[in-house]
Amino acid sequence: MTFGSIDSSYTRRTLTRSARALASLKLDGPLLIGLALIALYGLIVMYSASGQNVGAVIKSATRLGIGIVVMLLVAQVKPGFLRRATPIIYVAGVVLLIVVDVVGYVGKGAQRWLDLGLIRFQPSEFMKIAVPMMCAWYLHERPLPPSTPHLLVTVMIIFVPAALTIAQPDLGTGLLITIAGVLVILMAGLQLRVILALGGLAAIGAWFGWSFLHEYQQKRVLMFLDPQSDPLGAGYHIIQSQIAIGSGGIFGKGWMNGSQGQLEFLPERSTDFIFAVIGEEFGLVGLALLLFLYLFVVGRAMFLAMQTQETFARLLSGSIAITFFVYVFINTGMVSGLLPVVGVPLPLVSYGGTSMVTLMAGFGILMSLYSHRKLIRS
Amino acid sequence: MPANVRIKDHWKEQRLFERRAMAAGAIIGVLALVLFARLVTLQVVRHEYYTDLSQGNRVRIEPLPAPRGLILDRNGTVLAENRPAYQLELVREEVPDLDATLRRLSEIGLIAADDIDDTRKLVRSHRSFDSVPIRLRLDDEQIATFAVHRFEFQGVDIRTRLARSYPYGELAVHALGYVGAISEQDLGRIDRAAYSGTTLIGKLGAESAYESELHGQNGSREILVNAQGRSVQRQGALVPNLITVQPVAGKDLVLAMDIEVQRVAEAELGARRGAVIAIDPANGDVIALVSRPGYDPNAFGRGISRVEYQALLDDIDRPLFNRALRGTYPSGSTIKPAIALAGLVHGEVIPTETRFCNGVFRLPGSSRMFREGRSGRHGAVALVDSIARSCDVYFYDLASRLGVDRISGFLAPFGFGSLTGIDIGGEKPGLLPSREWKRKAFSDPADQVWFPGETVNFGIGQGYFLVTPLQLAHYTSILANHGTSYKPRLVTALRDPVSGAVRQLAPQKVAAISATPEQWDIVTQGMIGAMRGRGTAAATAGRNMTYTIAGKTGTAQVFSVGQTEKYDEKTVAERLRDHSWFIAFAPAEAPRIAVAVLVENGGFGSTGAAPIARKVMDAWLLKGGGA
Repeated sequence: MTFGSIDSSYTRRTLTRSARALASLKLDGPLLIGLALIALYGLIVMYSASGQNVGAVIKSATRLGIGIVVMLLVAQVKPGFLRRATPIIYVAGVVLLIVVDVVGYVGKGAQRWLDLGLIRFQPSEFMKIAVPMMCAWYLHERPLPPSTPHLLVTVMIIFVPAALTIAQPDLGTGLLITIAGVLVILMAGLQLRVILALGGLAAIGAWFGWSFLHEYQQKRVLMFLDPQSDPLGAGYHIIQSQIAIGSGGIFGKGWMNGSQGQLEFLPERSTDFIFAVIGEEFGLVGLALLLFLYLFVVGRAMFLAMQTQETFARLLSGSIAITFFVYVFINTGMVSGLLPVVGVPLPLVSYGGTSMVTLMAGFGILMSLYSHRKLIRS
Repeated sequence: MPANVRIKDHWKEQRLFERRAMAAGAIIGVLALVLFARLVTLQVVRHEYYTDLSQGNRVRIEPLPAPRGLILDRNGTVLAENRPAYQLELVREEVPDLDATLRRLSEIGLIAADDIDDTRKLVRSHRSFDSVPIRLRLDDEQIATFAVHRFEFQGVDIRTRLARSYPYGELAVHALGYVGAISEQDLGRIDRAAYSGTTLIGKLGAESAYESELHGQNGSREILVNAQGRSVQRQGALVPNLITVQPVAGKDLVLAMDIEVQRVAEAELGARRGAVIAIDPANGDVIALVSRPGYDPNAFGRGISRVEYQALLDDIDRPLFNRALRGTYPSGSTIKPAIALAGLVHGEVIPTETRFCNGVFRLPGSSRMFREGRSGRHGAVALVDSIARSCDVYFYDLASRLGVDRISGFLAPFGFGSLTGIDIGGEKPGLLPSREWKRKAFSDPADQVWFPGETVNFGIGQGYFLVTPLQLAHYTSILANHGTSYKPRLVTALRDPVSGAVRQLAPQKVAAISATPEQWDIVTQGMIGAMRGRGTAAATAGRNMTYTIAGKTGTAQVFSVGQTEKYDEKTVAERLRDHSWFIAFAPAEAPRIAVAVLVENGGFGSTGAAPIARKVMDAWLLKGGGA
């Protein structure tokens, strides 16, 4: 590490000093800036999307603050410790999932929450990180690409928590857990033919699993295929969000002037469908800017992942980086009508608690894995 | 480590990971491009389409009801108006417990216990954020009651709205009608679109007949709404060009009625059941139109309770029944002037010739006796006298000489057996019997034949012949007018409430009856005679006349009592008494008013009905009405 000791200009020195400060905090400057810009953008949109509710903005900012603190703390954890703790974390998470399924607190008609008195904890959210960690942990010491028995073990690692989550029922989170785990396997270097074969199996599994889906879940998928068929019911979300985005045009209707959002035609405007509010008020320009920021964060995260030398770190950070993009794509795809409505929030922008903390913890892990790499080498 | 176990090759694995990461990056790039393309499709290609949809989402059209026209009497006195009224309104979504709230409101007496179910239904039929009127027209005491208990009623409040008000209450209700909530039936006859925003519609009387004039044109206002349809006030770019169409106020009705004459007529009838109609013979203007008992039209605009309405329906005096237009009774002797005129026109009678009345009339070749109704025998009477003293025998004889065909044919142009065409609805045609009618009316061939004896009874207005009080008034005005006939009308002009411009409606002439002036004069003389000397009404309506009255009494026999079983003997006895009729016009030489009075079970025409007619004519003529 030779942090710009060549140039002596004031600016350089200041930058160098902040970079050093960040490095000592085990943080990554560009990633932090990218995340901060998205969060700031999100807060500005939140004020409008919540109907000029300062309280919502403050709450959102508070959660963001909590997320940053979590990220900071997680970034300090040494990768070695993290790796050793992984099986414990995973098993604890699975046990909690079972507890939630059995005696879980009924929230929104589905059992997702565990009431710990002061805070309500969502184990499935926690598993979004624990599952790729466990996968990475398991594959860490095995030669890559993984052999078939190893692969089957990894699939079971993913399957158990994912199935428990879908049983809650929370299809969206269940799918995200699956994706996070599968991404680790893919990054581990699965052969193309195996990928194709598994894809075929997945298709059969999907056909089989269809009958096990709850009616509302089936409805969501069907409605995605033809939203107009039920304009006042399940299709209402998609229709209204497309109207919001489409009517925004290139430059948008202006901040706090989107009629779809402001007059509440757009459902869940400050949570899952906040992307449509941005599209309506800031137009294609606003959406493109947001997408650019997301791509920057994903790109930086991928870069950091490639810099790590350990298998566990590589697989985990690669999964975290791509999962982040998957979140973004699922949400934006859903809001713009490319994908079915599955209830995935827009990362760092949507109003909502646990997912924000999980995301920031993920980035904390990523930064930890990156910034501690020297120690591993030595 | 055993040799067959693959050894981790860190360098190779790093390269493998890098290749995978590159592939992932490429896939991410492709997906980002797909998403961007989707956004371009929505926001650039289909932008206009979605703009139209978003515009349609947020603009709603809200009706602006037009103020209903006033109803004025001929002197400009307001008979029906729109007054701000205090009403109790409820917003469902703000009420914690609707059932408990309604129960409590009924406990403190603001809504009737019987109306709770209906009120709940009414509230439920509106959107949850609509302010629903649950009690119209609160009086001061009720307002005070609510004010004391206000803290108990979240979501309930007193609001001020325009409501229909009839300052004279019961007075003239059967002429004015009333307004009430729009019913299913009403919806069939109106243009729903034109009535969106209107809550009350004219029922009966002038309110109903002139509904389209009174109603005006509702305006509309485009308002910005949110997804729940709730109106929102916002400034700036959200507010498109919202169009407002101002309502056009309904026309004011100017009635021919003189409310003072009407008041006198109703006061004179008092608690008795009956009807009074006064018409200006020169144009058919209805100066007074009374049917007693009446009811308070304000109750309907206020939202009449079930109990109140049932009480009106159950009342044995049938206050909702418009006797003036819909009550059909035998005419009694009031028809005699027309029979006399028929005799003259058809040459069946020589005015100067006398006929001896010994109190009994027999048809040639028949032993059946037709008796003088009242005063024994009149001795030798000529035509004028026969009218004045209402000699039945004279008219038995005249009728049998005329025959039923000529009598029916002559009476038809007076409006008997058909509608007079008055400008408010609901009148009955009565019954003008004829051979043809009898053939159709009866199924038994033996009953289908017209008997000569029936003609005899017809001559004194008994038998099948039925008239409404309105028809008799109309007939009287034709007598006064020497044959010229106008459709009776309540409304004479429409006034624009904004500009004040008045549009007079032309009187409508109908068929005339031709007779010579001398023949008219003889009949008039007979009717004048009734008010003088030995005339039937000389002692009652004819006393102390300051102008000449031409009148005729009548007594209609009652054959049965409707709804009998309910009443005790005394009531039945009272209700079996004859109906009392009186018709008159005055001044006889240049008539300015024609009156018909009916008093149900009022006994003789001279004592029951005649004094009322005199008071009505006094009220009109002595202050110069119609001059």
